[in-house]
Amino acid sequence: MKEVINLPVKNIEEEEYHINMGPQHPSTHGVLRLVVSLQGEIVKSLKPHCGYIHRGIEKMCEKDTYPQIIHLTDRMDYLSAHINNHAVCLLVEKALEVEVPERVKYIRTIIDELNRIASHQLWWCSFGMDMGGLTCFFYGLRDREKILDIFEESFGSRLLHSYYTPGGLMMDIHSNFQKGVKDFIKYFRKKIKDYDDILTGNIIMQERTKGVGILTREEAISYGVTGPSGRASGFACDVRKHHPYGVYDKADFKEILGTDGDTFTRYMMRMHEMRESMKILEQLIDNIPAGDYTAKMKAVLKLPAGEYYQRVEAARGELGVYVVSDSNKTPYRMKFRSPNFSNLSVLDHISRGGKIADLVAIGGSLDYVIPDIDR
Amino acid sequence: MDNATLKERILDFVPEAEFQETKQFLTFIIPPARIHELAVVLKSEADLAFDFLFCLTGVDMIKFLEVVYHLESTGHKHQLVLKVRTADRENGAVDTVSDIWRTAEFLEREVYDLLGIRFNNHPDLRRIFLEEGWNGHPLRKDYVDEVNIVEL
Repeated sequence: MKEVINLPVKNIEEEEYHINMGPQHPSTHGVLRLVVSLQGEIVKSLKPHCGYIHRGIEKMCEKDTYPQIIHLTDRMDYLSAHINNHAVCLLVEKALEVEVPERVKYIRTIIDELNRIASHQLWWCSFGMDMGGLTCFFYGLRDREKILDIFEESFGSRLLHSYYTPGGLMMDIHSNFQKGVKDFIKYFRKKIKDYDDILTGNIIMQERTKGVGILTREEAISYGVTGPSGRASGFACDVRKHHPYGVYDKADFKEILGTDGDTFTRYMMRMHEMRESMKILEQLIDNIPAGDYTAKMKAVLKLPAGEYYQRVEAARGELGVYVVSDSNKTPYRMKFRSPNFSNLSVLDHISRGGKIADLVAIGGSLDYVIPDIDR
Repeated sequence: MDNATLKERILDFVPEAEFQETKQFLTFIIPPARIHELAVVLKSEADLAFDFLFCLTGVDMIKFLEVVYHLESTGHKHQLVLKVRTADRENGAVDTVSDIWRTAEFLEREVYDLLGIRFNNHPDLRRIFLEEGWNGHPLRKDYVDEVNIVEL
C-alpha cells in the first residue's frame, strides 16, 4: 500500500501568495511580467518587471543620424508610429529653425489623427477581448484595416511607416488620399455606433468597469499619467491643446475631461477621442494647401550645440523627446519620455484591493504597448 | 508666473544655484544637497505649484553625471528645468524626489539602471530593464560591451 504523504495545506483565503502574469499572457498585450501578490483573489500589491524587449533604442540613437533615428521611433509605440516620427521631426526642425511648408503641417496632422483612430480601434478591440467579447476583436480589426489601406496606398507600408522626414515628408500623398479619408469618415461614423451598441452599453462590461481602478486627478498628475487615461481623471494634459504643433491650433476640437477616473471613464475617453479625431479630419481634409511636400534641407543635419525638448500627444499620452547635442550629426544623448512607462507605474497603485479579474480590465484601460515601455 | 519672477524666487531660496542660458526652458543647476528641499518648495507653494514632473533623465557628461528634471505647473502653466550634477562616477548619489512626484520612482530606477546614478531614500532602487548582476551601465560613455554592441 502506498504511503500517503500529507503536504502542509495552506489556506489560500488567508495566506498571501504570488502569481506571475506574463511574460506571456494575453492580457498583458506583449511581453510584460506582473508579479501579483494575492490574498484569495484580492490583489495586495503588484510589481511590474519590464525589460523583456529592451533594445537600447536610446543607446542606438547615439550612433545614428537624425533621419536614421526616425526609423527607430517607429519601433517604440508601433501603434502610433507616425506620431513618434512627428516628435523627432519637430525637434530637428525646431533646433535647425526650419519652417516647414503649410502643406506638410496639414498632411502630418491628418495622418496623426488617422493613426490615433487606428490605434484606438485596436485598443477597443483588444479591450473588448479582455472583457470576454470576441466579436469586438473582429469589428475593431475590420475597421482598422480601412485606415491601413489608406496608409498603404499613400506610402507603401501598413505599420512601421517612417513617412515623415526632418523638414517634410518622404513623398507626396497619393491622389486618392483625400477621397479615401472622406470615405473612411463616412464609413466609420456609422460603425462607431456599433461599437457603442456592442460594448459600451453592455451591462456586463459596465458592471466590470464602473468604479474599478479609480485614479484621482492629483494622483494622475503625480504619477505622470497622461493621454486618455490622465484625462479620464480630469487632468487636462492634451499636448495638442496646451502646446500646439502641426495645425491643431486651426482645428476646432474639444479636450474632453472625465471626472470619475475609473476604468469605464478611461474607456469612454477613447471613444470620445475617436469622434473628436474624425471632427479634426473633416475640418482639414478639404483644406490641404498646395505646395512642396518638404522644405529644403541639408544633406547632413547637425543640430547646434545645446539641448532641446519636444512634446507631442501620442495615442497613449504625452511623448517627450529630449536631446543633448554637441553639434555633431549624431545626438550626444537622446531620451524618450514614453507615455506608457509612466502609465504603467500607476498600475500597482490603482489595482490594489481589487480582484485579480479587475486587473485585466484596468490593464486594458491603461492601454500599454510594451515596446514603448522597454524601448 | 513669468520667467523673471520665477528666476528670482529660485535664486532667493537657493542662492548657490547656477543659472544656465538655454533656448527653451528656464534652467538651473542645483547643488545635490539642496534638490530635495527645493523640490518640496516647488511642489507645495501655491504660486509655484510644480505638480507635474514630465521628464526625469540622466546624462553622462564625462566630467560629471547629470540628472535632469523637467517640471511643469498644470495650474500656472510655467515650466522649469533643474539639473543636479555629481562628479563621483562610482558612488554618485542624488536624493530621490519620488516621495514628491510619484512618477520619479520608475524614472529614477531607469536612470540608475542605465547610468548608474544612485538615489538616496528611494523605496525600491533596482534595475528596471536589465537583469540584476548586469555589468556596467549602458548609457555611460565609457561603457564597453563587445558582445551586445556591434560597431559598424
